[in-house]
Amino acid sequence: MTRYIIRRLLQFIPVILISTLIVYALVFAIPGDPIRALAGDRPMSDAVRETLREQYNLDDPFLIQYFKYIWGIVTALDFGSTFNGRPVTDIIQQRLPVTATLALVTLVIQTLMGIIAGILAALYRDRFFDRFVQVSTVAMVALPTLVIGFLLQLIFGLNLGWFPIAGVNNGVSSYILPALTMAAVSTGILARLVRSELLDSLKSDYVRTATAKGMKRSRVITRHGLRNSLIPAVTFIGADLASMLGGSIIVETIFNLPGLGQQVFASIQGQEGTVVVGIVTLFVLFFVVINLIVDLLYGLLDPRIRYE
Amino acid sequence: MTQSQTPAGFTPGTRPGEVPLLEVKDLQVEFRTKAGVAKAINGLNFSLHAGETLAILGESGSGKSVTAQTIMGILDMPPGKIAGGEIRYRGEDLLSMDEESRRKLRGVKIAMIFQDALSSLNPVLPVGWQIAEMFRVHRGLKRKEAKVKAVEMMQRVGIPGAEERAGDFPHQFSGGMRQRIMIAMAIALDPDVLIADEPTTALDVTVQAQVMRLLKDLQTEFNMGLILITHDLGVVADVADKIAVMYSGRVMEAADVYEIYGRPGHPYTQGLLNSIPRIDDEGGRLRAISGLPPSLTDMPPGCPFNPRCEFATDRCRTERPELRPVAEGHLSACHYAEDVYAGTATRTRRPSPTGAGMIDVSEEAPQ
Repeated sequence: MTRYIIRRLLQFIPVILISTLIVYALVFAIPGDPIRALAGDRPMSDAVRETLREQYNLDDPFLIQYFKYIWGIVTALDFGSTFNGRPVTDIIQQRLPVTATLALVTLVIQTLMGIIAGILAALYRDRFFDRFVQVSTVAMVALPTLVIGFLLQLIFGLNLGWFPIAGVNNGVSSYILPALTMAAVSTGILARLVRSELLDSLKSDYVRTATAKGMKRSRVITRHGLRNSLIPAVTFIGADLASMLGGSIIVETIFNLPGLGQQVFASIQGQEGTVVVGIVTLFVLFFVVINLIVDLLYGLLDPRIRYE
Repeated sequence: MTQSQTPAGFTPGTRPGEVPLLEVKDLQVEFRTKAGVAKAINGLNFSLHAGETLAILGESGSGKSVTAQTIMGILDMPPGKIAGGEIRYRGEDLLSMDEESRRKLRGVKIAMIFQDALSSLNPVLPVGWQIAEMFRVHRGLKRKEAKVKAVEMMQRVGIPGAEERAGDFPHQFSGGMRQRIMIAMAIALDPDVLIADEPTTALDVTVQAQVMRLLKDLQTEFNMGLILITHDLGVVADVADKIAVMYSGRVMEAADVYEIYGRPGHPYTQGLLNSIPRIDDEGGRLRAISGLPPSLTDMPPGCPFNPRCEFATDRCRTERPELRPVAEGHLSACHYAEDVYAGTATRTRRPSPTGAGMIDVSEEAPQ
């Protein structure tokens, strides 16, 4: 088990190196001069431009630039800074809490709604509630995030006035509408996943055995049926959490949340390679760590899985 | 509806003046399918006493497993439907009982062992926990006390190192050990009736014998009535007291084991016994019963076996034979039971060269 974890942690190194290299290359490939973009319409003297180019290693060949960047991270935990001189770590520290809060609120909403709806749909198979879940989940998955976001703003923000429409100045309630928007697709998928897994499980031989043992229906479902059917749901929720921590450009833009998604978008536009690479590296790190946690959790839920 | 009620006293296995442990009377079970109503069980009768082993013998689709599930009350309804009849446990009708009282008998007084122990045990729960659950739920024991009981049961069914292995999961055991765990779970609360549905079919031949021996020993020890559902004539010969041969959801013949093997009173039973390959046969082909069982949605009129029977007459094609005695304690549902029993029945179909009706592979093979 410990050896398995160590091996997985070592595997992180090439994954992160390769992913950052790719992102670095992509940012490098964006046409245009970042310094000129920074200056905008204002005139800039050649001396200033040269100094800036020097400072950000912009005249070096691509691989040298990349190497200097990685060297800075490894030796001094220096993730670089923006053209304004602000450290990237500083930006992440400021932006991450917003994205993380949104991700967690979304996670709670979609897990609760998705699993409960899935269970009820399976238990009342082909009845009204099941049909309702089937139809509404299709709608949730099919409707564009944009449309759902605007609808929620219109109904719960403007007409009913229950939740703020934009910004992060009202504590958790600021996050309710964006989280609902972000949760829509995953809630739909999760509800369907849990429904079909639970139906399969309830048809299985071991559930029949539990009934033959004289267990109450409620115990048969919770102790024998549900546990097995939730294993795929855990994998899905894990992967989803990882992707949410990367920030959502669309949702953060609709609800004007100053999170990582907005920042990445702005940085790409401003050709600030270091910021983009820094945030994406963080995103990759979240992804691999959460995947490792999910894999370990999987082993706890299903004893047939062994780590070597 | 045609009733196949047998006269009182002639229900297979009835002991005069004694309430049987389990009595099935004119049981009818149907399945609603897209192809129509499939009549899986059509008027089934049998009874079982303490300490007795009744083997229900039949090929796939004859209604053996449906019978077991109906008795246990674990039949999927719908599509299954009990269309009539009674199942009496110590004289009390299970089918008219409310679900909660029935649940309290299930696993406690009437327990069941399934064919595939790997899929029938919960893969994510330790085996000790699964056995202990019986004591915790039905006896209200604490977790620790139940665990001790579970280990005792595991020792009783011959699992080595029971104490250490109680925390293991089903996939960590061999097939034979898994079936022993199923058995431990089923007999945990000392049931009166144990139903074993093909308990050894999924096991190696050497392990089969051990598991059957264990079942037989436990039956004697606990004085259980054992219903052994199987298609394996070899298994039945060793352990059964009585045999009921099922075909198309009906009992075709019922008698004690020596009678059935020695002097079968039904052409179907004869065909089954003839189909056992013999070591002293000089080459030749396997003597299978020709044809296939009829579709349950489209039963032939008359005797369900008539399309495959080598003694069938016009009477067999129109009038359904009732289960009736041909000898003391020997019942057969054949119009010519006496002749078949005496070995004097007249063949109406030309028997194939190697004996009874058979599948001739060479004729069906493409040129």
